[in-house]
Amino acid sequence: MIEIKDLHKSYKMGSNSLHVLKGLNFSIGEGELVAIMGSSGSGKSTLLNILGMLDEADSGEYTLDGVPIKNLNETKAAQYRNKFLGFIFQSFNLINYKNAAENVALPLYYQKVPRKERQEKALKYLDQVGLKEWAHHLPSELSGGQKQRVAIARAMAAEPKVLLADELTGALDSKTSYEIMDLIQTINDQGNTILVVTHEEDIAHMCKRIVHLKDGIIEKDEKVKQVRASAYV
Amino acid sequence: MFDLERWQEIFDTIRKNKLRTFLTGLSVASGIFILVILLGFGQGMQNGIEKEFKTDAATSIWVWPGRTTIAHNGLNPGRRVQLRNENLDYINNTLDADFDKVSTFYFPRDIQVLYKNDLIVYQVIGTTDDVQVIENQYIVEGRFINERDLAENAKVAVISSKIKKEVFKDLDSPLGEYLTISGAGFRIVGVYSEVSGDDEGEEERIWIPLTTAQLAFNGGDRINNLTFMLPEKTNLGQTVASSLAFEDEIRGYLYKAHGIAPEDERAIHIWNPIEEAKRYYSLTGNIKFFFWFVGVCTIIAGVVGVSNIMLIVVKERTREIGIRKALGAKPWFIVSMILQESIFVTAISGFTGLILSMGLLEIIGPNVEIDYVVNPSVNFNVAFTTVIVLISAGTLAGFFPAWRAANIQVINALRDE
Ligand SMILES: Nc1ncnc2c1ncn2[C@@H]1O[C@H](COP(=O)(O)OP(=O)(O)OP(=O)(O)O)[C@@H](O)[C@H]1O
Ligand SMILES: [Mg+2]
Repeated sequence: MIEIKDLHKSYKMGSNSLHVLKGLNFSIGEGELVAIMGSSGSGKSTLLNILGMLDEADSGEYTLDGVPIKNLNETKAAQYRNKFLGFIFQSFNLINYKNAAENVALPLYYQKVPRKERQEKALKYLDQVGLKEWAHHLPSELSGGQKQRVAIARAMAAEPKVLLADELTGALDSKTSYEIMDLIQTINDQGNTILVVTHEEDIAHMCKRIVHLKDGIIEKDEKVKQVRASAYV
Repeated sequence: MFDLERWQEIFDTIRKNKLRTFLTGLSVASGIFILVILLGFGQGMQNGIEKEFKTDAATSIWVWPGRTTIAHNGLNPGRRVQLRNENLDYINNTLDADFDKVSTFYFPRDIQVLYKNDLIVYQVIGTTDDVQVIENQYIVEGRFINERDLAENAKVAVISSKIKKEVFKDLDSPLGEYLTISGAGFRIVGVYSEVSGDDEGEEERIWIPLTTAQLAFNGGDRINNLTFMLPEKTNLGQTVASSLAFEDEIRGYLYKAHGIAPEDERAIHIWNPIEEAKRYYSLTGNIKFFFWFVGVCTIIAGVVGVSNIMLIVVKERTREIGIRKALGAKPWFIVSMILQESIFVTAISGFTGLILSMGLLEIIGPNVEIDYVVNPSVNFNVAFTTVIVLISAGTLAGFFPAWRAANIQVINALRDE
């Protein structure tokens, strides 16, 4: 599903340049649930942003579902994001003046799905994350965990090939975090490919595979025995 | 543009951002409102000044004699100058001067006017047929004095509608009635009115033919004054120049004919209001310019205001734009949506301001009768164009920040600050 070869990325700051990713290689198959771990500043978000086409690598190859991702203009990138990817952010990034259902329906609007169908799908995915009753509430009326569920529903609504989550539990307490991870595991069980960036050990061990980043290279790439989050909920 | 889904998305945004929309709308609407009212009053002042000035024909010259103050050609100072028919004939037939019409007055002295044995007190003036044009009068009933009256020394009179109201109020029409002027019966053939209304007591006058007046009331060939009407040239400058040239011509002739020293300023008075007219006209020009200037400044302020709002709106929405892009919105789609929303809001509020202000002018305008402000009104096309200009400028001003925001990298737009 995802394949990267010798990926490099550096940030230029004035005359200095910070080499963040120094040649990464890995591939992720369909249905995997992968955690990317590393200390702060190790380049986790940078990697995820490149995978999400929110940023571009300096060199190396990136293939997503067999499509080489290279030299994309904004319009093309937007199209690919809409078609291939669902994002879940640490800070939720819901649109504050739209209610839960409208937020979930938004990616479908950009897929030119008719309004009525959008609303139906939005409700279906809100139901999946257990928030059907909250469909008409604004984000400001929701708790952190609920907001993240809405964000997950929104990422799912577009039926993407891969879900990308950056510190999706970073703003939540541990109980809520486990509830969210339980949801992520359920979605993964349905066959969805999910990439989770985290620096929390327990969260990482709820995935099936952990990629350790350190100083811009992959230090370790291991399969782990998945800890079911439902045990803690 | 006519994508229903898009409009739904836009209305959604507007509905859920009422305050922002309201403030944008308010600033646009009030800008247009102020502009239209300003332009309206500019026009009103111009109307007022023009009306103030239109009382007598704008390009007239009045000539009346005085007394000499300087000895000349063996004649003593202090001599009374008397205009005579021959002066008028000469001016009409021989003098090569550029004028449209000339009329003359003869004021008979020591006369009485009776109507059915009642004494009525109005001024009787002998005159020629051109006077009504020069005095800016129009006929309400019947006719004015004509050439035949003058040729036949007809005993006819033309009265004002004010006299008609005061003396003949019991009759349907005063036409055919007789006034007895110092024993002679004069048949009333017409009623006139002043274009400007009875401002200066000019409706107190009874006109009779010049020749009749001279013959019946010991006038001989004496006349009291001359009034000239000059042609209007293509522009005010030329009109002024030809008027001044005419003034010189007439002065030259009369001074020579009456043996007056050229430097004697009191012997014959010539009043030429064109100088004053010129001042008035340039004043209205300046006022109009001033109001346009203020108006254009208002527009510029409006454009700056709208652009500022657009800038703030776009900045405020940067994160939202980032989210939308992460969800798959294309940059151009975002730009056009922001612009469409702003055009919609500016257009609605701009036209609301336009309608309100024009409505206000329409209602109060005709009732405004302050000195120098008459019927403030505004040309619809001008106001409409202004709204369009404001919308386009706002759109253009909004385009660049929107375009920039839409092209910010998603990660930057989403960065927590
Ligand atoms: N836009 C940028 N410009 C310059 N430097 C950047 C930029 N983004 C990230 N960096 C730098 O690149 C390095 C890696 O950043 P990145 O955000 O990928 O780290 P991270 O592993 O996600 O850390 P954290 O766990 O704190 O989120 C950091 O040193 C950071 O300062
Ligand atoms: Mg990070």
